Parts: sequence; structure tokens; C-alpha cells
Amino acid sequence: MHESAKPMNAKEILDREFLQIRSHILDIAAALDRQDRADGDTRFDSRRQLLEEGLAILRSDSSDRAAKVQLLFSREYDPAWREA
Amino acid sequence: MYYIDPHIHMVSRTTDDYETLAKMGCVAISEPAFWAGFDRCTVDGFRDYFHQLTEVEPNRAAAYGIRHFTWLCINAKEAENVSLSREVLAMIPEFLDCPNVLGIGEIGLNKNTPNEATIFQEHMELAVKYDQQVLIHTPHLEDKYQGTRMILDMLADHSSMDRSRILVDHVEEHTVEPVLDAGYWAGITLYPVSKCTPARAVDIIERVGTEGASRLCVNSAGDWGPSKPTAVPDLILEMRRRGHAESLIRQIVFENPRTFFQQSKHFDLLDPATRNDG
Ligand SMILES: [Zn+2]
Repeated sequence: MHESAKPMNAKEILDREFLQIRSHILDIAAALDRQDRADGDTRFDSRRQLLEEGLAILRSDSSDRAAKVQLLFSREYDPAWREA
Repeated sequence: MYYIDPHIHMVSRTTDDYETLAKMGCVAISEPAFWAGFDRCTVDGFRDYFHQLTEVEPNRAAAYGIRHFTWLCINAKEAENVSLSREVLAMIPEFLDCPNVLGIGEIGLNKNTPNEATIFQEHMELAVKYDQQVLIHTPHLEDKYQGTRMILDMLADHSSMDRSRILVDHVEEHTVEPVLDAGYWAGITLYPVSKCTPARAVDIIERVGTEGASRLCVNSAGDWGPSKPTAVPDLILEMRRRGHAESLIRQIVFENPRTFFQQSKHFDLLDPATRNDG
């Protein structure tokens, strides 16, 4: 017999992951600073714009953020691809 | 906990890795044929590779008490060479009776090209003709969503094949639902950078519900690239830390792959927990 399962609640998940998420946010902040500090300009690069859209998804009210970010970075699927 | 890694490329790994896997509780693996990091030029190159998969690796694994099973095909990347692919397809039946062959795989798409789709369909015809199970690779990164949907479109052409005998691998948050909803098995690959982390894999398991989780496997896809052959134990640890039942963990890492593989006539695996029962 094993102990019955007791999934973590939201507070326990936050306790466990707060520092990790803080560190991920810092990584992104520093990476954007690094681009802005370097010679040249990426603000009009389509990939930079995708990253900005990804960040907007993180701030949205959704329980499906990961799937939305995945789709943002995906090529489009055309159901009629066989006729192309 | 005993576990099965249903997708790992041991030809690229050292004997020390076999020992580590065994120490971590791995009792069986399945190794799909894949890209070796370079394009092979001749059908004989593939014949040697299939010999390695059906004779050399099972012996290497057995030295550590690990059962080794395999899948045969020409992978999507090399499938761009249609004439070579057809030579390999014609040669595969020579190996289908080898005792560790579970089916055809990992076939799929890489850059979602017409040639890749053609060879995918020819592999499916071979699988139907020889009554083989199928293991499918889906593309990475920005190609994954489109490629997965194209693969599901093509699979629908083969209605004579039982969907429960097909596993679509490397699913992520945006592709797991269409695969499970269509009745196929799904595999999640724990792989640095281009695929899924253990934490995200557990999120997916939590979200697909009981029925979905009964057709879900996790694997390391350990190969010659930056990968971690012990990624499945990482997932076990993550599930434990989140308070999941041992029975659910065991279902995901042992019972599910065993149930999927058992549909192949060459698969037999005693539950190691019953080994002492005489
Ligand atoms: Zn693979």
C-alpha cells in the first residue's frame, strides 16, 4: 500500500517555484537588455516581435498560456495542404 | 520504481549509460530507427544499422538486465531521398521476424515536405501489409504543429489499421489533444531545448484526464545530441514532488508502454515485481 495521493495546492506550488520563476523573468529581462545594448537594432526583427507577443500571452488571463505560446511560435497548418 | 523508456537511441549511447539506466530501474527500452547525425548513402548502410538494432543492441542491453526492443524504417530526414527510401522500404521485411522488432518507426515528418509525406505513406502501406504497429516522429519547434496535423490527416487514410496500434511521439501542449482525441497513443519526449521539460510533461499529464493518461507514454529520446538518457526518472521525481499517487506514476512509466507494446507479437515482458514468485 502506498500513501494516498495529495496533489500540491496553488500556494504550495508558488512556494516551490517562486524563486525559479523570478530567475526566468530575470533571464528574459537581461536577454532583452543585452540586445538593446548591442550595436544594431532588433526591435523591427520579426522574431523580436514574436517574443514580445509571447510576453503578452504570459500577462493574459488564461489557463492555456503554454499552448498559446506554442501556437504563436508555430507555422500555420493548411487543411488543404495536399492540394498545394 | 521499475520503468520502461519507450524511445531511446542506444546506438548513440555508451555501455555506461546502460548500467546507469539499469541502476535507475529501467527494465526495458524500445529503440526506433532514426537519423544517425549524417545521411547514409546506400541501402547496405541501413542493412548494417538494422543488424545493429536487432542483434548488437539487445546483447549489450541484456548484460545489464534490460530488454531491448526496436522499430525499423528510414527516418523522415533521409526520406527526402525517395529512391534510397524505396530501396530501404523493400529491405525492411527481411528484419520484421527478428524477435525484438515491434513494428515500423520512427516514421514521420521533419520539414513537412512532399517527399517526406510520400515516404510516410509508403511506410504506412508496409505496416498495414505486414500487420505492424507504428511509432511516429513529429517535427520539432515551429514545424511541429503543422507536421502533426499533416500526419493525422495521412493516418486517417489508413482506416484498416487499429488506431490503438499507433503512437504519435514528441507531443507537446499544442499537439497532445488532437492526437489523443483521434484515438492514437501519444508520447511526450523529455529533451533539453527543443522539446519538453519534466515539469511541463507532468502539467500535460495532469491536464489530459484519466482517459487521456491511459494512452500517454514518456521517453527520453536519448540520442547523439544533447539529451539525457535518465530523463524518465526525472519525471518520476517531479510527479512524486507534486504528490501524485505511485499508482499513476507506475501507470505512466511502466504499464502504459507495456500495454502499447503488448499489441506486437514480439513483445513479452514479465513484471519484474513478480520475479520472485516462482
Ligand atoms: Zn527518436
